[in-house]
Amino acid sequence: MSGDNEDTQTADETTLDEKEVQDKVISPEKAEEAKLKARYPNLGNKPGGSDLLRKRLQKGQKYFDSGDYNMAKAKIKNKQLPTAAPEKTEITGDHIPTPQDLPQRKPSLVASKLAG
Amino acid sequence: MAAGAGGGNCDVQWCFSQVKGSIDDDVAEADIISTVEFNHSGELLATGDKGGRVVIFQQEPESKNQPQCRGEYNVYSTFQSHEPEFDYLKSLEIEEKINKIRWLPQKNAAQFLLSTNDKTIKLWKISERDKRPEGYNLKEEDGRYRDLNTVTTLRVPVFRPMDLMVEASPRRVFANAHTYHINSTSVNSDCETYLSADDLRINLWHLEITDRSFNIVDIKPANMEELTEVITAAEFHPNQCNTFVYSSSKGTIRMCDMRASALCDKHAKMFEEPEDPNNRSFFSEIISSISDVKFSHSGRYMMTRDYLSVKIWDLNMETRPVETYQVHEYLRSKLCSLYENDCIFDKFECCWNGNDSVVMTGSYNNFFRMFDRGYRQDVTLEASRENSKPRSVLKPRKVSTGGKRKKDEISVDSLDFNKKILHTAWHPLDNIIAVATTNNLYIFEEKLN
Repeated sequence: MSGDNEDTQTADETTLDEKEVQDKVISPEKAEEAKLKARYPNLGNKPGGSDLLRKRLQKGQKYFDSGDYNMAKAKIKNKQLPTAAPEKTEITGDHIPTPQDLPQRKPSLVASKLAG
Repeated sequence: MAAGAGGGNCDVQWCFSQVKGSIDDDVAEADIISTVEFNHSGELLATGDKGGRVVIFQQEPESKNQPQCRGEYNVYSTFQSHEPEFDYLKSLEIEEKINKIRWLPQKNAAQFLLSTNDKTIKLWKISERDKRPEGYNLKEEDGRYRDLNTVTTLRVPVFRPMDLMVEASPRRVFANAHTYHINSTSVNSDCETYLSADDLRINLWHLEITDRSFNIVDIKPANMEELTEVITAAEFHPNQCNTFVYSSSKGTIRMCDMRASALCDKHAKMFEEPEDPNNRSFFSEIISSISDVKFSHSGRYMMTRDYLSVKIWDLNMETRPVETYQVHEYLRSKLCSLYENDCIFDKFECCWNGNDSVVMTGSYNNFFRMFDRGYRQDVTLEASRENSKPRSVLKPRKVSTGGKRKKDEISVDSLDFNKKILHTAWHPLDNIIAVATTNNLYIFEEKLN
């Protein structure tokens, strides 16, 4: 590499460093954003957009399909039953729900501790 | 500083009064407090929790022996307001968590409140019974019918005093009007109607009519892929019965006038602070999402809470807030981890004091903040069992942001983000506040000499 190029590179790096420093001084938010993007490079550029909002709108969705359940049972009739996945958020398709997967929703039978 | 005027805060010293709830560190989900609300006189204080239960406290009348001591709040009534449900058609689990409680102004001996979970609003009547009829001719006191042969005289039954019994009964159930999750209810100043708001729609109800409601705001796009914002809170104006506001996840507040048209999709005013495009980051929109909006008692101002600040808006000026208070600016350089642990989505509420001179909101580490608008002073206080000696004065807390941490200061990295104060309430007339930690309710009051 010729001496000239090295000098140019150094100059560019300095400018970049300065800009980074400037960014950090001007906006801690931007620094945090850079941190996040470094950890999750696949993060989309539309943060408040539909994905986030749609997830919010779908809160509480639980799936159980008796057809899926029976077909999955039939499919692995000869094999060992798969153990229930630790995450209980989505139960669809081949995964056979067990009674533990579908938490029993019972009303509170105990009085509030605030009233104690 | 006039006592009881809820006046400016600079002279006020806050002291511990009471704490409700268990000391147990192991918190059951159901015990998580989800809403706190004083009634219009301040005599009653209601809480709702994740288990669908409502607990109402009543202030004891001031004792003549200790006129300087305000009455304590003791349990008045408790009931199960909502129960968990499952919508089989949509495969949707409906939480029993009470999202909001709103009291109706008192019209007769009974008290009424609206409590709501994600899908259903209920009107509860809380009434007292302190006498019962005795001396029936045909029945014994325990209810069994008397042998008619033993009845030889006729008497008039009389009411005799009995131990106070407080009964709560659901008078109306307003169901099946919300596809999305209800975040707010607000009683109109006409005392006849109220609104309920979910993520995309706002409905207007009449308190007497449960089988229908009017949709007054609908921001659902025709194509859900185009969804860009949701409704986060809504409130009726305190004395103009035609006016209400709703806030959005994009940091805007729209004010609507119901006289203009039946469907209020077109706002009368839109309040939005312009943003410097150079400062825009991945987090900008998320932290600008408004988690609470509250009109001042006077009706001249409204306050909004976003993730890092509290803003006061003059209803006559849409272009920017008239006051901005930083709640915990030091979190701006922690946004990455707050996004990862979901804390950035925490919904803090805010409230005004009785004469609109001070505003209050919660933060992390069981800290809460008060901002005195007149004296331009703010204070950070902590709700903790360590400061729970009766009438002990709360010491202001400070978070150190720089490298050097002074004695008594706590560094940002030591803050407990699991200890969040999302719900606070201020007595409508006096300097008494209710502050909810995860599962405990603290009551603080002004130190009176």
